Amino acid sequence: MDEKKQKGLIDRIPNAGWLFLSFLAAILLWYLLSINEKTGRSFPFVPSILKAVQTVVDRGILAEDFISSMISVVLGFAFGFVTAVPAAFLMAWYRPVQYIVEPWIQFIRNIPPLAYVPLVVISAGVGRKPQVIVIWLATFLIMTVTIYQGVRNVDETLIKAARVLGAKDKDLFVKVIFPATTPFILTAVRLGVSVALTTLIAAESTGATAGMGMRIRSFSNSFEVAPMLLYIILIGIIGITSEKIIKMLERRLTGWQEKREI
Amino acid sequence: MAGETRDIKLKIDHVEKIYEGRTGKMIALNGVDLDIMENEFICVVGPSGCGKSTLLNIIAGLLDATSGAVYLDGKKIDGTGTERGVVFQQYALFPWLTVLKNVMFGLKLKGMPDDEAKEIAMKYIKMVQLEDFVNSYPKELSGGMKQRVAIARAYAVQPEVLLMDEPFGALDAQTRTQLQAELVRTWQEEKKTCFFITHDVEEAIILANRVIVMSARPGRIKTIVDIDLPYPRTQDLKMEKQFLDLKAHIWGEVYKEYLEVRK
Repeated sequence: MDEKKQKGLIDRIPNAGWLFLSFLAAILLWYLLSINEKTGRSFPFVPSILKAVQTVVDRGILAEDFISSMISVVLGFAFGFVTAVPAAFLMAWYRPVQYIVEPWIQFIRNIPPLAYVPLVVISAGVGRKPQVIVIWLATFLIMTVTIYQGVRNVDETLIKAARVLGAKDKDLFVKVIFPATTPFILTAVRLGVSVALTTLIAAESTGATAGMGMRIRSFSNSFEVAPMLLYIILIGIIGITSEKIIKMLERRLTGWQEKREI
Repeated sequence: MAGETRDIKLKIDHVEKIYEGRTGKMIALNGVDLDIMENEFICVVGPSGCGKSTLLNIIAGLLDATSGAVYLDGKKIDGTGTERGVVFQQYALFPWLTVLKNVMFGLKLKGMPDDEAKEIAMKYIKMVQLEDFVNSYPKELSGGMKQRVAIARAYAVQPEVLLMDEPFGALDAQTRTQLQAELVRTWQEEKKTCFFITHDVEEAIILANRVIVMSARPGRIKTIVDIDLPYPRTQDLKMEKQFLDLKAHIWGEVYKEYLEVRK
């Protein structure tokens, strides 16, 4: 109990309290930015944002942009995931595949997607197709690398233990390698979703007809600052919400791990 | 148990293991011959790198011998088989499975229905006194408890031979002593042939019918010491002259090999 006294104020405020304080501080900083003459142009304060909500809802573009972007993200991510899993296992299984493919992945992974979007548009045309392809590519790369690490990290003694208990190759895959890799797969999903959202803006930069990223660009062209800031905040909210959901999933599915947080 | 006529359970017939790496050949085992009797408890001691683990892995079927062979009941072994159970030093429990599911793992692989597998698993979980932890995950257990689960898991598939690779090596002295006593008790109850690797000469004398001393690389059998002490061998025994003589003798043999490695 004595120890508790020594902990002082910092430890006595609950996490929710800190979160609230953090939120208040952000609003205050925002307010200060909004009243400064120069930064005020970029950061209109809350009332203007609320008015912007009204505007984009009235124009009917908010729902349209949100749905359009989510379709691209979900499709791109889904393709990324279903291709990354077998690719990662192939790389871990057959070393020649790893030797040949891994350098490509590392190389392309270091190119910002924004750079190659126009290239994709030239081949795939305008519309949703290039967006899905770009998100697919970006999420595929990050998820392949992560899952591959997981497969490589499977403890060899576990495989030996399973074999002496009578496991055949198929059993090894289903009952040992797959569950042992689950934490990495979930981490890959978390990183993949995050990359999908960050890539979205780049993916919608050329030839898109709707979408959060495309709209930000068009607001920028017409100097509509408040709706632009609104959209940016919305993207942040979508990102943090999806991350929280996946983290919850990770806790439920991989709570058996000795140590976590990758 | 001495004096009984028993069958040869495991015949290790001139087993050789040569690793060929980029830096050249490394002879891990240089022609090992050993007959292990039915229900016999064999302990293998020797300096690090003498090939003890290699030999165990070959008997388990996890490694292939370069030449020579291992016979179980006169039949040449090829690959792993559930008649040979293994307990590893690093426990090797599946961290995503509960204690019960870990012990059931091998039984389920045999295609046994759930309730039957559960019944057998519970029997061995009780044997290692972990019935209060059936639904715990390995991360919630101490090292000693983990190794008990691993022993129960190995027993559950009812192997005829139990291969143990320094199973108590990572445990504290007290837990080790306790598990040694438990192991001897279960061995007497369940009648299995045991092949047990250890660094600890005292442990070998407490457990074994025969202690095999292996020589430094390339690994060979150097001496075989019969331990004619009645079971169960208590801790008090460690103070007695007979025990101390055996210990001095075996330790002397191992130490010579240890010096050999350092040269």
